[in-house]
Amino acid sequence: MQFDQILQYSLSGLSTGAIYALIGVGFSIIFNATGIINFAQGEFVMLGGMFTLLFLETLKLPLWAAIPCAIVASTVAGLLFERLAIRPLRQATPINLVIITIGGSILIRGLAMLSWGKDTHAIPPFSGDDPIAIAGATILPQHLWILAITVIIVIVNRIYFYHTISGKAMRACAYNRRAAGLVGIDVHRMVLFSFIISSAMGSIAGIIVAPLTMTAYDVGIMLGLKGFCAAIIGGMSSGIATVIGGLLLGVLESLGAGLISSGYKDAIAFIILLLILFIRPQGLFGKAESERV
Amino acid sequence: MKRELLKFGVFAILVLLAPLLFSGGYLMNVLVFVGINTMLAIGLNLLLGNAGQISLGHAGFFGMGAYISGILTATYAWNPWFAMPLAAVVVGLLAFLIGFPILKLKGHYLAMATLGLGIIVFIVFNETVDLTGGPSGLSGIPNLTMGSVTFDSDVKNYYLIWGFTLMIVLFAVNLANSRVGRALRAVHDSEVAAKVLGVNTSLLKVQIFTLSAVISSLAGSLYAHTMTFVAPASFGFNFSVELLTMVVIGGLGSVYGSFLGAALLTLLPEFLRAAHDYDIIIYGGLLMLMVMFMPGGLVRGVPDLFRKLFRRGKESGHA
Repeated sequence: MQFDQILQYSLSGLSTGAIYALIGVGFSIIFNATGIINFAQGEFVMLGGMFTLLFLETLKLPLWAAIPCAIVASTVAGLLFERLAIRPLRQATPINLVIITIGGSILIRGLAMLSWGKDTHAIPPFSGDDPIAIAGATILPQHLWILAITVIIVIVNRIYFYHTISGKAMRACAYNRRAAGLVGIDVHRMVLFSFIISSAMGSIAGIIVAPLTMTAYDVGIMLGLKGFCAAIIGGMSSGIATVIGGLLLGVLESLGAGLISSGYKDAIAFIILLLILFIRPQGLFGKAESERV
Repeated sequence: MKRELLKFGVFAILVLLAPLLFSGGYLMNVLVFVGINTMLAIGLNLLLGNAGQISLGHAGFFGMGAYISGILTATYAWNPWFAMPLAAVVVGLLAFLIGFPILKLKGHYLAMATLGLGIIVFIVFNETVDLTGGPSGLSGIPNLTMGSVTFDSDVKNYYLIWGFTLMIVLFAVNLANSRVGRALRAVHDSEVAAKVLGVNTSLLKVQIFTLSAVISSLAGSLYAHTMTFVAPASFGFNFSVELLTMVVIGGLGSVYGSFLGAALLTLLPEFLRAAHDYDIIIYGGLLMLMVMFMPGGLVRGVPDLFRKLFRRGKESGHA
């Protein structure tokens, strides 16, 4: 086992992990505001990549313009999803919510398949393809973009949740929705906000990862599930714990794929998911709580 | 109970007479699949409808049944009638062991954990190429035989599969009306209340999970022997969702609802051949619309709708 090999796997794992982290934080934001696990989360990641492609190739926009347009388009999709699927639901039991978000994700995936076909598409990297050497390992400029954008989003997220009225209101909803309503917070609006923020974050994750992994109508399922895994490791926190969860998952997966077997790469994430759910359902860093078990 | 037996009797007669109506070859083949899917939907419905516990990994149990039967008979030349119960026992044991930790979880967490389990099983089907043939599948699985009869035609398979399906239907109807069925419904409504009344809820949940897995495994074995070929693609996450859709569309907790859901979702794609790529959208849309507007499924929603229409008609007549 060589050191530079491990370094290489860890570095590439970190950037995939950053993607999982962004998706996981999106999961947690909705969960905390509404108590819903949004099974359609991964589809917004897919939409991010696919909309970028649409604006780039069909509408011939330059990359710097296509990306914000794609984020806006995916966010509108998230908003519509909340309005048309989540809010009209009368019997909002957990099982019904699971079923409706699964239904929504299939529908979105199906519509994407019809609009863009089943092919895998590539998006050009943000700044070239020349590898950068770091202590015997090499990374691509896109890896740096992913890490930098993730850091920025985590910081913006933190500022929003702790230093703005609307962010604080959202945290109040997470603690106790009823009490938040009683002090005059419009809970419905916070639910809508949570869907907007998390679909925007999901689409950003989808856009920045697309130049590395390509994109297709069905990339959302796996990415969404891995993001959920990250959120579980982080104890459904919408902050740093989930980010660490995502990075950890990315690195473990990359090491596992490189050193053990690439065929079982996806299984690693789910084995971790099951272990965490069985042994520490409150997440790696959380205090014991009986909500989930 | 008498009414239930009567209902079952009518259902059984309809099922046994159906081949006389549809003697055309292709539809018979589809009806065989309706039988297999009915079994699977009833199995999942016992868990979801009666006990209120979701599973998004049932395609995994179905696949395990199919692969264990397939491998034992095709590779090791076992008698299918021995392989089938062995598969059911192995799958049941596995479900029983995993049931304790997994059913401690609730709602969304249970959904994710069972989903994860299903995906792990799916990956194993794909990766253990020496055993399962990997993504290209396992072929050469023998048909079932009984005395001198080999179940190799659609009509023969129809009676074979539906024989099993009718047994499962009868069993499920009985279970729902038994002490266990009542205990399950109590767990569904309030686990705490059920516990207070002396129901061992955690054991009961694991037992029903196991039972449901065993039924799925049985359906898997039968699937393998009628198809004589299995590939991982039939046992993925999408199929778990399809099963869930069948149960929800038919009606949670209703045995005949499961049949309706299974029949609808199996026949629909056959009639929508032309719109092949649209079926995924139709599943998603149906799932959402049902939960929003007919949460009781077809078996409860359609009579309700008629009642509403009828009453409205009457009222406007008075005015």
